[in-house]
Amino acid sequence: MHELALCQELICQLEALANQHRAERVDLAVVLVGPLSGAEPSLLQSAFIIARSGTVAGTARLEIETAAIRVLCKSCGSRSEATPTNLTCRDCGGWKVVVEEGHEMILKTVEFTRATAAMAPDARLSEPIGLGDQDV
Amino acid sequence: MCDTCGCAVTTGHGRINGQKRNGAQSEGERASVEVLSSLLAANDHQAAHNREHFRRHDTLTVNLMSSPGSGKTSLLEVTIDALASQSSQLRVAVIEGDLETENDAARIRAKGVPAVQITTGNACHLDAGMVHDALHVLDLDAIDILFIENVGNLVCPASFDLGHHANIILLSATEGDDKPAKYPVMFRAADLVLISKADLIPILGDFDPKMAESHLRRLANAAPVLQVSTRQPETLVPWIAWLEEMRQTQREGTDLRSRVLTGGTAFHQAG
Repeated sequence: MHELALCQELICQLEALANQHRAERVDLAVVLVGPLSGAEPSLLQSAFIIARSGTVAGTARLEIETAAIRVLCKSCGSRSEATPTNLTCRDCGGWKVVVEEGHEMILKTVEFTRATAAMAPDARLSEPIGLGDQDV
Repeated sequence: MCDTCGCAVTTGHGRINGQKRNGAQSEGERASVEVLSSLLAANDHQAAHNREHFRRHDTLTVNLMSSPGSGKTSLLEVTIDALASQSSQLRVAVIEGDLETENDAARIRAKGVPAVQITTGNACHLDAGMVHDALHVLDLDAIDILFIENVGNLVCPASFDLGHHANIILLSATEGDDKPAKYPVMFRAADLVLISKADLIPILGDFDPKMAESHLRRLANAAPVLQVSTRQPETLVPWIAWLEEMRQTQREGTDLRSRVLTGGTAFHQAG
């Protein structure tokens, strides 16, 4: 269950991004998780609910994209799809391959809502909208 | 140690580093930003820092991973004895990772070797921050080979770079020869596979070392597979030779990297 550790890292990144972009809250985080990454999407979703609590991403959704495994054969030069337990070349059966895709574990995009204070220098005086007012 | 190199990041979960960001595209109050950073960016940053420590102090660091009970600590005990009898006289130390107890570190210290026990509580793996904390207790200048005995677990430890130079994965004969197929992420990360408790192979009758190796190759991993038994010291010879060769390779200035698979970075290069 290292997914919780991964989600805690993710929340750290989301908090830093929110701070950098003066976001009031994070609405969506899109991550890409390959089958060879060692992370399980359903466990990531459960862990995210725990990790987001009380943070700027407290109401954020986590969207998980998965990817195929693609290997490049060093023997015959062909590219093919593979499975986690059989990474051999589909064309020649050789095992000397380079895994080009399938081990990704990447934060791709983040959507957030900005505080009105971020829009204009004097907007601090106006009433903030949205959920949090931690920046004020 | 870190007072001299100026590092400040120490404990487990640091802040992010190395992000690539494009400008935010604002849509009124809603905005989206492309990030493209590894979920393990903070750990990877700490691991790179650990690796720099090892380089400066000229210490080879190997990460032992396996399921619980495969014989990691027993292997270390006999390895310490075997290295002590070699002409190279390599000096070793051990970082032990377990959920609880100092038992394993006490076994290593009984051999006269420095050992630091990390107790992770409920955490299922070591991360680079925990290892960094342990480094503060060790005199790396007096260590040629540092063994990190990871938490017994064939899943989670594979994802965390500790800054080490090689992954050694133990597969004990009693576990079955299809373990590499069952735990592909872990066995893909192996730089060396040791079939432990190999003296039991003739007694068990159903463990085929060739089958274990064949499962490993199907994961496109060219790592050597050696058989070892702590009860048969002669079986340790190739393992000790592998360690000495790694140490020599490192001394010659080769930048050794383990096959840790984190955040889309593939170190994996078969054959």
